[in-house]
Amino acid sequence: MSDLEQFRQETRAWLEANCPAEMRQPVRDEGDIYWGGRRATFKNDAQKAWFDACLAKGYTVPAWPKEYGGAGLAPEEAKVLRQEMSRINARPPLSSFGIWMLGPALLHFGTEEQKKHFLGEIARGEIRWCQGYSEPGSGSDLVSLQTFGEDKGDHWVVNGQKVWTSYADQADWIFCLVRTDKENKYQGITFMLFDMESEGCSTKPIKLISGNSPFCETFMDNVKVPKSYGEGLPAQVGEINRGWDVAKYLLGHEREMISGADGGNTGTIGAAMKRHAGELDPVLRAELAMFDVDALAYGAMGEKFLDEIKVGKAHPAQPNMMKYAGTELNKRRHELMMSAGGSRSLEWESEETSGGKPSRNWLRTKANSIEGGTSEVMLNVISKRILDLPGS
Amino acid sequence: MPLYHNDDQAMLADSARQFMAEEGNIAKQLRHWRDRDCPDGFGHALWEQFGEMGFTGILVGEEDGGLGMGHVEAGIVLEEIGRNLSPSPFLTSSVLAATALGHGSSDLRGRYLPGLIEGKSVFAVAIDEGAKHRPERIKMRAEKSGNGFKLSGQKDFVIHGASSDMIVVAARTSGSDDDEDGVTLFAVPKDAANMSHDAVRLVDSSVATHTRFDDVELDGDAVIGEVDGGREVLNAMLKAGRVGAAAEGVGVASGAMDMTVEYLKQRKQFGKLIGEFQALQHRASHLYSEVEIARAAVIKAQQLLDGDSEKADLMASVAKAKVSQTAGLAVREGVQMHGGIGMTDEYDIGLYMKRDRALSEFLGDAYYHAGRVAEMSGY
Repeated sequence: MSDLEQFRQETRAWLEANCPAEMRQPVRDEGDIYWGGRRATFKNDAQKAWFDACLAKGYTVPAWPKEYGGAGLAPEEAKVLRQEMSRINARPPLSSFGIWMLGPALLHFGTEEQKKHFLGEIARGEIRWCQGYSEPGSGSDLVSLQTFGEDKGDHWVVNGQKVWTSYADQADWIFCLVRTDKENKYQGITFMLFDMESEGCSTKPIKLISGNSPFCETFMDNVKVPKSYGEGLPAQVGEINRGWDVAKYLLGHEREMISGADGGNTGTIGAAMKRHAGELDPVLRAELAMFDVDALAYGAMGEKFLDEIKVGKAHPAQPNMMKYAGTELNKRRHELMMSAGGSRSLEWESEETSGGKPSRNWLRTKANSIEGGTSEVMLNVISKRILDLPGS
Repeated sequence: MPLYHNDDQAMLADSARQFMAEEGNIAKQLRHWRDRDCPDGFGHALWEQFGEMGFTGILVGEEDGGLGMGHVEAGIVLEEIGRNLSPSPFLTSSVLAATALGHGSSDLRGRYLPGLIEGKSVFAVAIDEGAKHRPERIKMRAEKSGNGFKLSGQKDFVIHGASSDMIVVAARTSGSDDDEDGVTLFAVPKDAANMSHDAVRLVDSSVATHTRFDDVELDGDAVIGEVDGGREVLNAMLKAGRVGAAAEGVGVASGAMDMTVEYLKQRKQFGKLIGEFQALQHRASHLYSEVEIARAAVIKAQQLLDGDSEKADLMASVAKAKVSQTAGLAVREGVQMHGGIGMTDEYDIGLYMKRDRALSEFLGDAYYHAGRVAEMSGY
């Protein structure tokens, strides 16, 4: 038996022994997701038991090195773990922007002390992070951001406003892009970390067309951010005024995540419509079939993309293509699901729809091609970096 | 298996790309034969060169003198054929007929495969009856007659029909038109009496025939596989052919796209390179994205087919449908973005449009294959 096959057997046995039955159900609502943080509570004993078991094994962040709270799994091993978890529908034990966003930035740009301190906290689910990027005047043109940190010697005084800050009202700390040099557009931004309980920092949820409020406006009114949190623990990731490098790195990461390349949204819908087989309008059936062709082809693309990334064969700008194609596909998926569901899918509040899931999810997908870089920005990047078209 | 070429395959791709660009390019082959009104629609010398390169026997087993490679390798050659619009009997002979013959007796294999491997023999397949690909329905009859069979009926869209040394014909030996069972495949030699070809040139300058069979008598040893059990061989042949056509289509799509993107970097209007206009950039980038996805679907289908997976049939249809859609987009965008010059015969982009049209139709278009995906998915 190969080492990897052995690892699969062990993983399977470990999951069997440690993943409670309740944690093998699809996530139904927000409460089913454990985000960690200072104010976090477990929904039930099973959620806690599953989290504790994973924490002890390093499986809240399996691919991170052991010294920072992970399990140090090689990419192939991490893939096996993902496959085995998805085989039994195991929920993630811990979800957070610390894991998906800040962690990868720290692993790449952080000091040793930052890694030990912050990555450890993230792995243990102690601190819930939010991301302060967009501003009212800086969406696609992110680099024009205006939130300003005035240098006061041993600290910054930060003033400005962020928008679309996911779950800012529930976050403990923020990683925030702050302008620290007004003369220098690209090399005048610092990637700052600070506590959301700092005086002058406040949030206000934004109600979306889906009726949910996963995003906030975040206001910084003379927020004092110390330049250092201790020996080897500067308040910024990377160098001062070089936060754009970190932001760009993370955007690439985010696009990969949103693209669903790791198995998120490659599913077909036609098969789910089997129960309506006889009643489907023939033109709708045809649309579903054409969609399924695209979805299955995109599934192959996701697989190919991951295979190529592993050996460095993928074009560095390819995540932009994946993000563009994946999000546009997902929007189309939900349009068709709404049509196939008919009047039932219009119900905004009913038990049958678990509180209007079809319509709320449909509306939610409209953000897919906006957040993390709009489809239009993705196409700009493909033009410039892959097709090498002039003047773009 | 990772979804990219291994080292050997990458080497094959390099040599196929170089060979086809030098020997199979549009000026040397497609235009050359078209402008001479060549009745075959392709050049036999290039076909012999395919033999020298070893391409012809890629899918033929080593025991029969071939290379015993798989559909990934055949697809590598096909993609280059597509990119250069190289007219050749590769798809019908080395993919479709070779797959069918692989299920045939050693006598049949010995009779036909050596000529194929040398690049001397050309084979065709006669499946369609009517203007659309509907292989579920086989009307053409093959009645038992003495030790053999008598074929009667008509086949359409027989590519290279009149130029072929042998045609693989799907006929019905029992049951009714729509039955799954009762189909038999025959290897019909070109000199068979009472077989007549009505050859027509198609939009892409290839030549296809409406082939009539008026009591064409064949010996029993012309049967490929089992009598009444031809559906299995036919399906294997179709799967291989569809995945092959999809690979060629990716070549057509990339060729058209590359040419178009290049043009965007050269053509000036309003004092600017037209590639600076965002309206065109976005369309080109969307096209790029579709071509990448189509290519992924094709290599996935090739690998599933090489691994003898039961998912291969579904993915073959996905690949054929996706590629048809994508290559169609590539050639339409290509002609539009070239503007007026794209409408001229002098410029190559229009040739891509013509080839895509014929290739997409061959072995089922996007609508046919999307319908199959729906059926296989149970709706």
